[in-house]
Amino acid sequence: MRTIRIGSGAGYSGDRIEPAVELAEKGDIQYLVFECLGERTVALAQQARLKNPESGFDPLLEERMRAVLPICAAKGIKIVTNMGAANPLAAARKTAAIAASMNLSRLKVAAVVGDDVLEACKQRDLPIMEFDGRISQLGNRLISANAYLGAAPMVEALAGGADVVITGRASDPALFLAPLIHAFGWPMDDWNLLGKGIVAGHLLECAGQVTGGYFADPLYKDVADLARLGFPIGEVGEDGSLIITKVDGSGGAVTAQTCKEQLLYEVHDPARYIQPDVVADFSQIEIEELAKDRVRISGGRGSARPPTFKVSVGYVDSFIGEGQISYAGPGALARGRLALDIVRERLELTGVATSELRFDLIGVDSLHGAQVSGHANDPYEVRVRVTGRTENLREAVRIGNEVETLYTNGPAGGGGAFKSARDVVAVASVLLPRELAAPQVQFVGGT
Amino acid sequence: MKLREIAHSRTGDKGNISNISVIAYDAKNYPLLVAQVTPARVKAHFAGVVEGEVVRYELPKIFALNFVMDRALGGGVTRSLALDAHGKSLSSALLDLEIDAVPDKI
Repeated sequence: MRTIRIGSGAGYSGDRIEPAVELAEKGDIQYLVFECLGERTVALAQQARLKNPESGFDPLLEERMRAVLPICAAKGIKIVTNMGAANPLAAARKTAAIAASMNLSRLKVAAVVGDDVLEACKQRDLPIMEFDGRISQLGNRLISANAYLGAAPMVEALAGGADVVITGRASDPALFLAPLIHAFGWPMDDWNLLGKGIVAGHLLECAGQVTGGYFADPLYKDVADLARLGFPIGEVGEDGSLIITKVDGSGGAVTAQTCKEQLLYEVHDPARYIQPDVVADFSQIEIEELAKDRVRISGGRGSARPPTFKVSVGYVDSFIGEGQISYAGPGALARGRLALDIVRERLELTGVATSELRFDLIGVDSLHGAQVSGHANDPYEVRVRVTGRTENLREAVRIGNEVETLYTNGPAGGGGAFKSARDVVAVASVLLPRELAAPQVQFVGGT
Repeated sequence: MKLREIAHSRTGDKGNISNISVIAYDAKNYPLLVAQVTPARVKAHFAGVVEGEVVRYELPKIFALNFVMDRALGGGVTRSLALDAHGKSLSSALLDLEIDAVPDKI
């Protein structure tokens, strides 16, 4: 039976690059996938593109490509990534230029475009899933609308001989499903095979999260050599069989436990994990450790794909102002509480307009609120944190100011103040009929 | 004893929805999870954090439960005022839940 090995070189846009280099060099892989696009990254990238038409792709694209292109070219490893963000074509041109500068101009780079469905969403004035409202109600706050595309255009790019495939918004597991469909010729309506491919993609897409990252808990879940955490490899057979493993000698661990945690990560109903290409079913999956750092995943299934693409809509939601300051030593907690009371009263007295305010003591109750963390002992130090939502930047700035001025106007011994004010680009979702998105592949380079 | 003694856990986020897996270290303790880590208890445990409904899915083949908690992330990851906007730390809080167990069965 034919098998291929796919490496996962990034689990988010800021992820570490060294483990991806290790995968390319020592992973014996045929494909290297970089998943780099968070929920609102496309919206932020779209704002950047409006200022500069050749920008709007992942800021680490150049560093990543320079690190892995020569190795991948030498070994014939194909790269698939969503680092195109809001501008896959510019990202492809940039990648081709980087390749040329490294004497790799023969590399064929493909961009998948057409995930930008802003016009279609506006025309249809689609309803928003997260709250009562429609696209038109976002008015001039609307920034972007990008469909989570499936594997088909990436498969087309690979079939066309692409060495590097760069997409914008696409379903994360589809980045892994595409090489499987291409390599094995899986039919696009063999739901069980596609479901198995999604299991592989889902387990791999967060990179280090399946090899021991986001997992260690000393004495309960110890992970060896976490500092040199290796990224995962999926060994997938043409029948959809799957083994998760990693580079020999790298840090971390692949165990039944790490795989179980990642299997359910960001999953709601495990029997219905909705993807653009298939509705995957994780509910009957079995997990078995075959050897050290080799775990077999079986029992994934699938059913027919949905008639719609999920679309991620970016919009300017509000502004957030924030301030922090620390207190230490005997009575730190009492002075921290006094500081919060003072800021609360001052924001009222000075009439700062907010729609939501939050008062935290970091080290005491900032993560889960006063009720959940009610039994905490007096800590040696506390950090006051005040945040508020406002309609404009001017109001947001006033929140941090009321914390910073505690230096000279608040309790004794306040130190290390910090303040910030920023606009908030939020993300909501709509469902777009499939036929209204028209993804296309464009080749760059390869001379 | 604490849930932490018999199970491990991971949090994931989508919009304003948080999901937490609770996975038995040992298959024999899975029935304890099913019996005692109920949606109602999880909802009560997260008073002041989770505003919406808590739904539980069972995965007996991997000895795991998956809790899906609506309106749990301060309005959503991309707009929350919270320090931990993703709710990544919620799984650790859930492992603080008290579990009644007959000692010789553990």
